[in-house]
Amino acid sequence: DIVSSDFPIVTRTDFSDTTFLLEILHPAMAKAAKPGQFVIVMVNEHGERIPLTIADFDRQRGTITLVIQAVGKSSREMQAECRVGGTLFGMVGPMGIPSHVSDAKKVICVGGGLGVAPIFPQARAFKENGAYVIGVVGFRSANLIFWEHKFRSVCDEFIICTDDGSAGLKGLVTQGIEGAIAEHGDIDEVVAIGPPIMMRACAEATRPHKIKTMVSLNPIMVDGTGMCGGCRVRVGGRIKFACVDGPDFDGHAVDFDDLMQRLKRYRPQEQQSLEQWDENCRRLQMAPADAAGHGSK
Amino acid sequence: MVRKTIRNIPQERAFMPVQDPEARAANFDEVALGFDEAAALLESERCLMCPEPACIAGCPVSIDIPGFIEKLLKNDYRGAYDRLTDSTLLPAVCGRVCPQEEQCEGVCAVAVSGGLEPVAIGRLERWLGDKAIAEGWHKSRHIEPARFRVGVVGSGPASMACAADLAKAGCEVTVFEALHAPGGVLRYGIPEFRLPNSVVDAEIGQLETLGVEIKCNTLVGRLFTVEQMLSEMGYDAVFIGAGAGTPKFMDIPGENLNGVLSANELLTRCNLMHAGDFPNYDTPLGLGKRIAVIGAGNTAMDAMRVSLRLGAEEVHCVYRRTELECPARAEELHHAQEEGIAFHWLTSPVELLGDAEGNVRALRCQRMELGEPDESGRRRPVPVEGSEFDFEADTVVYAIGTSPNPILGQTSKIRLNKWGYIETDETLATSLAGVYAGGDIVTGAATVILAMGAGRKAAESIRQYLGIRDSASVY
Ligand SMILES: Cc1cc2nc3c(=O)[nH]c(=O)nc-3n(C[C@H](O)[C@H](O)[C@H](O)COP(=O)(O)OP(=O)(O)OC[C@H]3O[C@@H](n4cnc5c(N)ncnc54)[C@H](O)[C@@H]3O)c2cc1C
Ligand SMILES: Cc1cc2nc3c(=O)[nH]c(=O)nc-3n(C[C@H](O)[C@H](O)[C@H](O)COP(=O)(O)OP(=O)(O)OC[C@H]3O[C@@H](n4cnc5c(N)ncnc54)[C@H](O)[C@@H]3O)c2cc1C
Ligand code: SF4
Ligand code: SF4
Ligand code: FES
Repeated sequence: DIVSSDFPIVTRTDFSDTTFLLEILHPAMAKAAKPGQFVIVMVNEHGERIPLTIADFDRQRGTITLVIQAVGKSSREMQAECRVGGTLFGMVGPMGIPSHVSDAKKVICVGGGLGVAPIFPQARAFKENGAYVIGVVGFRSANLIFWEHKFRSVCDEFIICTDDGSAGLKGLVTQGIEGAIAEHGDIDEVVAIGPPIMMRACAEATRPHKIKTMVSLNPIMVDGTGMCGGCRVRVGGRIKFACVDGPDFDGHAVDFDDLMQRLKRYRPQEQQSLEQWDENCRRLQMAPADAAGHGSK
Repeated sequence: MVRKTIRNIPQERAFMPVQDPEARAANFDEVALGFDEAAALLESERCLMCPEPACIAGCPVSIDIPGFIEKLLKNDYRGAYDRLTDSTLLPAVCGRVCPQEEQCEGVCAVAVSGGLEPVAIGRLERWLGDKAIAEGWHKSRHIEPARFRVGVVGSGPASMACAADLAKAGCEVTVFEALHAPGGVLRYGIPEFRLPNSVVDAEIGQLETLGVEIKCNTLVGRLFTVEQMLSEMGYDAVFIGAGAGTPKFMDIPGENLNGVLSANELLTRCNLMHAGDFPNYDTPLGLGKRIAVIGAGNTAMDAMRVSLRLGAEEVHCVYRRTELECPARAEELHHAQEEGIAFHWLTSPVELLGDAEGNVRALRCQRMELGEPDESGRRRPVPVEGSEFDFEADTVVYAIGTSPNPILGQTSKIRLNKWGYIETDETLATSLAGVYAGGDIVTGAATVILAMGAGRKAAESIRQYLGIRDSASVY
């Protein structure tokens, strides 16, 4: 059976009280996945279709790995409900055009927030392509750091930045980038994944140096197959559908204001959804935090 | 039997109840309630049993219309259904959504030479289709397994028809659908009040009875390519029915404002994701109170009527041509007008205006007038100089057509035409040996019955390609 019809969760790891990893069995997808691609997941029949980057894939084990930040209703519900032995209601992918792993000789791979995990397969791909890879990742503080040794195994240099200085460099990832650019005069390419505001800052940091900078855009999506147009973004003044034309685009051409504006489109509904969910959890005398605790290994 | 003439047949169409416009504008129940048995028999009396029936020629799949009506009149309903389904897989669907006035009914002798309303062919088909679902009738396979495996991409009407015919010819058929539920536009596009999901489910159930396996959550091209289906996965042939899908925008300023969306997005959120039942379902819609829909095809009508049912206070249609050129089915336009949708003909937006928060607040429109006919034979709308005016709306929906879905083109060597649709010859064979295609992905956005017809034609070509003897007479 080449395509599974249910999607068993085989591993779960909690990195912090908001970030967790799920490894899902799907041999065909593990075989097909390439860096930069994503899946769309439905937790249950009533759920939304939520896009998540394929943070890693293991062709031997036949699994793909997702790293999720619990930010709103759907991702918190995943945090509460997804356990080893359970399954996802739906998962489709790999979606999107794979990242173009160029012949760049020296690259900086930057990850921040929900972009830390997805930058990993890109860093690994560049390494496998023979590049000198400088990893720069940002966390709020030391206790949130994950995958450090995984990154170190594929990076020639690895810079951790924390907001509070509790580990590595105190400051934003852009400081890490600027440091690396200053030290190496010959950076060919920068790849940045994270919240739009971070990707924009990275693009601005490299613009004066004219270093090619690729970013992975994360607009709101529904189908992920090019059918709804909800994921449209503005790049170089033209409309693109991130799910089929991307998600990778030239960071210097992306209209980040437009992206950030569009991400706010469902704020009131997201709030309402989360409140109702919290309320239901309370009624079941099961605070979300506890529920998450049950789910972790 | 007395020969029927235009004088001795019932002059009026048999009565079909319709939900009251005011009530139905607030619910998702079916608008057209269909014939009952007595009405179906009465309407059947109206058919003249023409020796050279124009209606058959008017139907894209050449249904033997007088043939099934004759059986119906003899109370042989099962026989009528079998005759009907010699040519169509989806009578309950096509009876509801075919643009009959342009096809079978448009050329019916009762109307053309008799000057009366044509025989209500679509409604009769719907009645038989619904009866078949209620009675659990289906056509089982009578064929020895052919030991061929066929993979089908997409699960819209083209794919469903192709899969059914090949299953009946003994092939082992697997349908791959990218979304989490099958049916294509029948599922995510056409709303419940025109085509209930229960009807779509029943038709899909028929496929499963025939032994067709349906795998959802499978994006062909990305999970595996069309080429891999033939080389590694062991399929002897492939049919592609991926639909047109990708919505068009106009490339005018303001299109990315919040509150501007495609009809496909609105309908998908509502029909597939149940956004109307938010927050019990997680997908929101965030519809405003004053909706403007650009375009006047079936998709536009559906978007408008869905908006109304979800609580919009005002729904406006903005269309650059006139009511005469409006491409929607006549019945849908009529129903939309009855439900209180306001139509602004000869009007076209030139810019969308936003507020400080980035939400759309108005359309800047231009008046149009009709000029010389264009390639399509319709008079081309030309802008009237200095006629701009602003039109308030807090939600703007684009329903101005679709372009082909790019994924298969991105991932396969299959040859596309210059507009990006899959190129086929007259047998629906593509440039890849063993790969056939049909429906909207070949023709551009068309109709359910044309897609279904293409699926059947491709099934026939695949049978020939695989060397399966013609078995059409056997089942
Ligand atoms: C291609 C792509 C890849 C992604 N990869 C990952 C990933 O690997 N890990 C991960 O945790 N998240 C990822 N996301 C974001 C993830 O899809 C959203 O966080 C999720 O849909 C939020 O759902 P929710 O109901 O939990 O939150 P909501 O209630 O929908 O939103 C809560 C908050 O999150 C913000 N938000 C909503 N949707 C998005 C979005 N698409 N991107 C960014 N912020 C959003 C909202 O502005 C809001 O502030 C990705 C998004 C895309 C488009
Ligand atoms: C809102 C709306 C209303 C309409 N109303 C009418 C009407 O009243 N009467 C009428 O006759 N016609 C109507 N039409 C047109 C009609 O629905 C279409 O012409 C018809 O559905 C086309 O059928 P299809 O099989 O070619 O493709 P679709 O119905 O578009 O189905 C294609 C399917 O393939 C799937 N798919 C695409 N790419 C892939 C891939 N790579 N891998 C796996 N799956 C894939 C899609 O998800 C989809 O489910 C309407 C269309 C719309 C959008
Ligand atoms: S399938 Fe459509 S066109 Fe053909 S007879 Fe039925 S309603 Fe008419
Ligand atoms: S053209 Fe009209 S009257 Fe003649 S056979 Fe067809 S349906 Fe009957
Ligand atoms: S998510 Fe629907 S078109 Fe991209």
